[in-house]
Amino acid sequence: MSSDTSRFIAEHVDSLKPSGIRRFFDLASTMENVISLGVGEPDFVTPWNVIEASYHSLEQGYTAYTANAGLLELRGLIAEYLQSAYAVPYRAEDQVIVTVGASQAIDIALRAILNPGDEVIIVEPCFVAYASAVTLAGGVPVSVGTQAANEFKLQPEELANSITKKTKAIILCNPNNPTGTMMSREELLPIADLIQTHDLLVLSDEIYAELSYDEGYVSFSSLPNMHERTILISGFSKSFAMTGWRLGYAAGPAALIQAMTKIHQYTIMCAPTMAQYGAVEALRSGSASVEQMKKSYRQRRNFVMTAFEEMGLMTNRPGGAFYIFPSIKETGLSSEEFAEALLMEEKVAVVPGNVFGESGEGYIRCSYATSMKQLTEAMKRIKRFVESRLT
Amino acid sequence: MDRKEIEILELLEKNGRMDVHTIARMVELSPEEVERAIQKFEDQQIIHGYSTLIDWTDVLGYEGVTAMIDVKVTPVRGKGFNDVAERIYRFPEVKAVYLMSGAYDLSVSVEGKTMSQVARFVSEKLSTLDTVISTTTHFILKKYKHDGIIFGEDDDNDRRMPVSP
Repeated sequence: MSSDTSRFIAEHVDSLKPSGIRRFFDLASTMENVISLGVGEPDFVTPWNVIEASYHSLEQGYTAYTANAGLLELRGLIAEYLQSAYAVPYRAEDQVIVTVGASQAIDIALRAILNPGDEVIIVEPCFVAYASAVTLAGGVPVSVGTQAANEFKLQPEELANSITKKTKAIILCNPNNPTGTMMSREELLPIADLIQTHDLLVLSDEIYAELSYDEGYVSFSSLPNMHERTILISGFSKSFAMTGWRLGYAAGPAALIQAMTKIHQYTIMCAPTMAQYGAVEALRSGSASVEQMKKSYRQRRNFVMTAFEEMGLMTNRPGGAFYIFPSIKETGLSSEEFAEALLMEEKVAVVPGNVFGESGEGYIRCSYATSMKQLTEAMKRIKRFVESRLT
Repeated sequence: MDRKEIEILELLEKNGRMDVHTIARMVELSPEEVERAIQKFEDQQIIHGYSTLIDWTDVLGYEGVTAMIDVKVTPVRGKGFNDVAERIYRFPEVKAVYLMSGAYDLSVSVEGKTMSQVARFVSEKLSTLDTVISTTTHFILKKYKHDGIIFGEDDDNDRRMPVSP
């Protein structure tokens, strides 16, 4: 008998590639005094009233399971919020489910809809988990790239070219991680037309919706005929600075949310109760803190955008999230070479664009969810590094 | 005042040493425009000065105490509280004076080197004013948070992992 226990691992899991971010994490972790622009989460601590509400729920002994789909009170507040912020109507009773982060919502949405071999279109560069989540759910991920020339916005003709008879759904992340691109209503409408024509479903990852800086956010679900074709996925991580609480949600047509709830019920039971009580407070009275954080992100976005322009690195104007995605092609380095040399020489961690998909090659993702003090120093170091490579 | 002007004030209120170029980038104006705006705020006395927030507790060799004094006064016909407030705020030991709603009228913050110095100020200067009916003095034992800043907290303490998706 072989002693290699890896023979027990399922083939489709064994063949999954570890995320490219992992390697950078390992590298950066070994070094001291690194300024990290590689972090995909807010630098703020969760607003105090939310923390306090969660404490209170624990003190009161609310430590049991909740309903599978989450506290009805929380689902009600989520429905109210979606209605008032984005004018999309959902029923708390059967059209909303509270999940363990938006990540779990994506996972159970895919598992609920995919038959083996079904194709899911993924718009790259994008969050690293989508393709693997599709594979794990038995589907086949199909990538569509976006280009800087179009501000990394999905072009309808490119989407049309990748639709086949097997296509079941498309995952859209707006505003986008890693590019910060936000698509407007006019830009989303032709996408919606294709969705309708080809009878597809949209998994709309709207986790950064609250963090949009220049114009009002349009939820995909609010477009004509799209309410019944959209699973809206969001959560508390980014806007309320609650990443570690692992609390997200999905809203969509009742049949789909009920199918997701079935998986959720058998695999997770319910999202953590104390986190749900924190989220209730976040939605009740957290909007002032969100506004404050959002203002701070916008100012930092402006700061880093100008800094990159001044050092001669081309960048699009990111309309949302807290990432900027400058081109480093001028330096003649690949994304990985640039990120690695920058880390070694200047101790600044960024994420190479190619880990988010092939079309991210030639770019780096910098998160500006970091204090102005750190950002100022980081920009100084990157400038010095870029100058050393350009001359 | 437009949104960008208010943002300039907010940024300076948080960090009086923030340089014009950084502010300019953050609010998407030119450095000249930011300079002009700051000059205007100074001229209009919207900006009254630039100070530094110091936690004196850990400064070796520095002695000092602060007291918050609740003062009840008789308002003067036609002048209200303004005259007596002025009599009080002119004293250099007085760092702040506020007109309050509730059980007393003026809240006066006084700084001195020692408790007896502050006590002398209260008994000799403050309570002897004609319009002052009574005073209640509270000495500050420890400052946890001042002007929105939590003392003793390390702002740069980043608890996040260095790289995440």
